[in-house]
Amino acid sequence: MAMSAGEIEKLIKDAFPDADVEITDLAGDNDHYAAMVSSAAFKGKSRVQQHQMVYEALKGRMGGVLHALSLQTTPKD
Amino acid sequence: MTAHDQIAKDIAENDVVLYMKGTPVFPQCGFSSVTVQILSNLGVKFKAVDVLKDPEIRQGIKEFSNWPTVPQLYVKGEFVGGCDILKEMYEEGELAPFLAEKGIALEEV
Repeated sequence: MAMSAGEIEKLIKDAFPDADVEITDLAGDNDHYAAMVSSAAFKGKSRVQQHQMVYEALKGRMGGVLHALSLQTTPKD
Repeated sequence: MTAHDQIAKDIAENDVVLYMKGTPVFPQCGFSSVTVQILSNLGVKFKAVDVLKDPEIRQGIKEFSNWPTVPQLYVKGEFVGGCDILKEMYEEGELAPFLAEKGIALEEV
């Protein structure tokens, strides 16, 4: 059970077309990633809300097929 | 009592509650371990709930918080975040002031 970095990036970009997305495969196993996402959509949202928006973009995969995605979100000007 | 009721009760009765995998002494997951470490570094007393002991709580907390992963931290009944958010708040020096503002005692460590 794993997801490619490309799939993760596509799902995020589908939800946030303006986003800068940087995905790092932490363990080289397609299962432990770090993602940095910057989008204007995060402006005025709390960290929890920003992460929830990304989890929503991943459509339930987080915590399922995607075991570990360390997330860092920043609002983009 | 349903899992939902149990969670509502725990976060109402305890100022700081950490839902985690394993126990603070023997965390069963790297993310839970980091979170325990951060709280310990700040000298925060917390109630730990091991979700691996109860599948209903394990599933229930995800629905309760609308958050897909564990660990999860609650302070005064409010969901603060998971490992990434706590780590970010800690590294930015925001976590201790946040906890102090909520009236949580931080012990000298």
